[in-house]
Amino acid sequence: MAFLDRTARGLLMTEIVRGMWLTLRYFFKGKVTVNYPYEKGPLSPRFRGEHVLRRYPNGEERCIACKLCEAICPAQAITIEAEPREDGSRRTTRYDIDMTKCIYCGYCQEACPVDAIVEGPNFEFATETREELMYNKDKLLENGDRWEAEVAAALAADAPYR
Amino acid sequence: MPKVTIDGTEIEVPGGITVLQACEMAGKEIPRFCYHERLSIAGNCRMCLVEVSPGPPKPAASCALPVGEGMEIKTDSEMVRKARNGVMEFLLINHPLDCPICDQGGECDLQDQAMAYGHDHSRFEENKRAVKDKHMGPLVKTIMTRCIHCTRCVRFATEIAGVPELGMLGRGEHAEITTYLEKSLDSELSANVIDLCPVGALTSKPYAFVSRPWELAKTESIDVMDAIGSAIRVDSRQTEVLRVLPRLNEDVNEEWIGDKTRYAVDGLARQRLDRPYLRVDGKLQETSWQDAFAAIAEKVKATKGERIAAIAGDQCDAEAMIALKDLMSALGSPHIDCRQDGAKLPTEPRAAYVMNSTIAGLETADAVLLVGTNLRWEAPLINTRLRKAWLQGGLQAAAIGPDVDLTYPVDYLGAGPDTLSAVADGSNAFAEVLKNAERPAIIIGMGALARADGAAILATARKIADDYSLVKDGWNGFNVLHTAAARVGGIDLGFTPDAGGRDVEGILAGASNGDIDIVYLLAADEIDTARLGDTFVVYQGHHGDAGAHRADVILPGSAYTEKSGTYVNTEGRVQLARQAAQPPGDAREDWAIIRALSDAVGGGLSFSTLGDVRARLVEANPIFDKINDIEPWPWSAFGEPGTMSSEPLESPVENYYMTCPISRASETMAECSREFVAGGDERTGTDG
Repeated sequence: MAFLDRTARGLLMTEIVRGMWLTLRYFFKGKVTVNYPYEKGPLSPRFRGEHVLRRYPNGEERCIACKLCEAICPAQAITIEAEPREDGSRRTTRYDIDMTKCIYCGYCQEACPVDAIVEGPNFEFATETREELMYNKDKLLENGDRWEAEVAAALAADAPYR
Repeated sequence: MPKVTIDGTEIEVPGGITVLQACEMAGKEIPRFCYHERLSIAGNCRMCLVEVSPGPPKPAASCALPVGEGMEIKTDSEMVRKARNGVMEFLLINHPLDCPICDQGGECDLQDQAMAYGHDHSRFEENKRAVKDKHMGPLVKTIMTRCIHCTRCVRFATEIAGVPELGMLGRGEHAEITTYLEKSLDSELSANVIDLCPVGALTSKPYAFVSRPWELAKTESIDVMDAIGSAIRVDSRQTEVLRVLPRLNEDVNEEWIGDKTRYAVDGLARQRLDRPYLRVDGKLQETSWQDAFAAIAEKVKATKGERIAAIAGDQCDAEAMIALKDLMSALGSPHIDCRQDGAKLPTEPRAAYVMNSTIAGLETADAVLLVGTNLRWEAPLINTRLRKAWLQGGLQAAAIGPDVDLTYPVDYLGAGPDTLSAVADGSNAFAEVLKNAERPAIIIGMGALARADGAAILATARKIADDYSLVKDGWNGFNVLHTAAARVGGIDLGFTPDAGGRDVEGILAGASNGDIDIVYLLAADEIDTARLGDTFVVYQGHHGDAGAHRADVILPGSAYTEKSGTYVNTEGRVQLARQAAQPPGDAREDWAIIRALSDAVGGGLSFSTLGDVRARLVEANPIFDKINDIEPWPWSAFGEPGTMSSEPLESPVENYYMTCPISRASETMAECSREFVAGGDERTGTDG
């Protein structure tokens, strides 16, 4: 019997007919792809993208050079040097992230006691050279200024779950 | 010997100790903030509560409770846990919890103990108090809001340092630790309060915000800023030495170090010689090792051995000195000396040039005569030992020479050697004191020996030692106090002229009148370089100081944190310092430089590893085999009586904060000199 079954299915090409039927059904359904980069998919507020260093609304940088992010970073991508600023407050003189080392685990933003270092929603920071991925403090603060609205919104959206 | 039961285990403990100490002996950990082994008991932090029966049914502060026969102590009962938890909650009420910006973070007793014994959250909703920061000088940074009023700093300043300038004002919520009249903490040991502070109220000003403890590589080493040889821990990050902390050594520094030891290290990053230099047409120009060696070789080969001389500096390791000594004898030069201040120190017996009582032994002395020394500046940690002896019970101290405040009463006898002779012939009243004392001692500083009549002064001191039985069974009260870390080691290994050789004075005289053509300075900066005349000067060292300015060839060596070296302290204790960082640029370890130079000039040194050099050291003097071990030295004949001039004896240290190339290059030390030595800007309570 098994022999007859297999021969009949082979001669009548039922598999092809079923496959073509499936194709025909999807032909009339809506599209699932987006026209990147003109269209983009939704991002979670917890998305961990490019790092930013944030400021307070009065323009003061948040980072206080506690070095907890440097300590927790499993890839050792963060380098910080600090000294007293002229007004005596604790500030970094150097805040470098090697984005080629970073594994985007998000531990740095978890460790930060003042929400200064945050992984923002930006994932489009590909560069043509390696050197451009060695971020320094200026670059990170500039990122912070550019993405502040999105970062603040994401943090606010996630706050109830923390 | 009372028997006590601690957590169900019976243990016999010595009488007279406290419950806390008994618990420690039983291996139980008792949290504490105010209790410290070397300070008096205050009992004000209440963290060390335990349950004791028989006794009132409440927890007792174990640090202030003497242990009694048959006591039953519980260190981990429900009552104790609850009590500790409550105490911790009270301590944290007014603590700002600003750990992320606090320099103590990561090495903070309050942080650790809050984790182990504290609550996981705060129930305190009211406003915390804030306290104004106090000015404590250029070394100690204060953030007084963090203070938990353990009063360790107050007790240290009053008891150990002997400068009662700290105190607590007010009560309860208004209690504040303060310096009276906003004065700087004027002590050579002031920075030890930073280590003592269990929280971040007193932190290090020069090290502020620089680094976190977990970033640092820790190397156990030995200090060379004075001749005490304090045990230190060098904390470094990559190539930089960031700070120096004391290490426990009961025989030498207990657990304190002087401020210079702690803070001169920023001088290691300044004015460094990081490549060889050669003087061309009167100007020093950068060159290569080969060219520098070639220039020396050319000169040395054209010069007779007896026209070459070498002087070793105050911070040289024994390895470099033995290498240079061997090179000089291979070149046929007898003119070597390590006593660059011209001290008239005998080269044997060993008892004639070391501190025979030992530093710890001085604690038991009951009469001491200080000759030509300002102990507070030359050896602050020996001064604290004498202060301890005075506190423990009637040390009678007297001084000849500089009249300074040593933090304990000192009978000032006179300024000049004539007073010393008066003590020697018994006409001075202090002679009686020495005669009647059980453990009398004399401490002779370099201020008395580094002068033309130094030998005669040493002989008079020896006479005093013999006449008043300073040397007897189990006690030797004859002490020479050195100021240079390399000195005892240099004399031990024989870096002194033999018969026919010139000493430092002779070398300089020879250099200025043309008898000496080449002078090799091994980090020797304290000589009068103007007297070197037009000799060819080779300077091997680590800083661009006096010697390097005069040099014709500069060979960059390494400082004490950058090489593994052997040092012998003023007691004659051989100690090993370890390498904590790499020398900068082209600089190399000193013995290796001399070894390489030996090939260029045909000196024929044969050793090639540090082990070989150390073996050679042991061959030169077996003492170098006994690391960290001292024994009484035989008392034999030395000293030639002579006439003493009437010039007053002066301390060789004019400024505690600047005594060597490293401390002279240090910014922190410059600031301390301004504040403490030059008088600084006197700040009082009415200023601002």
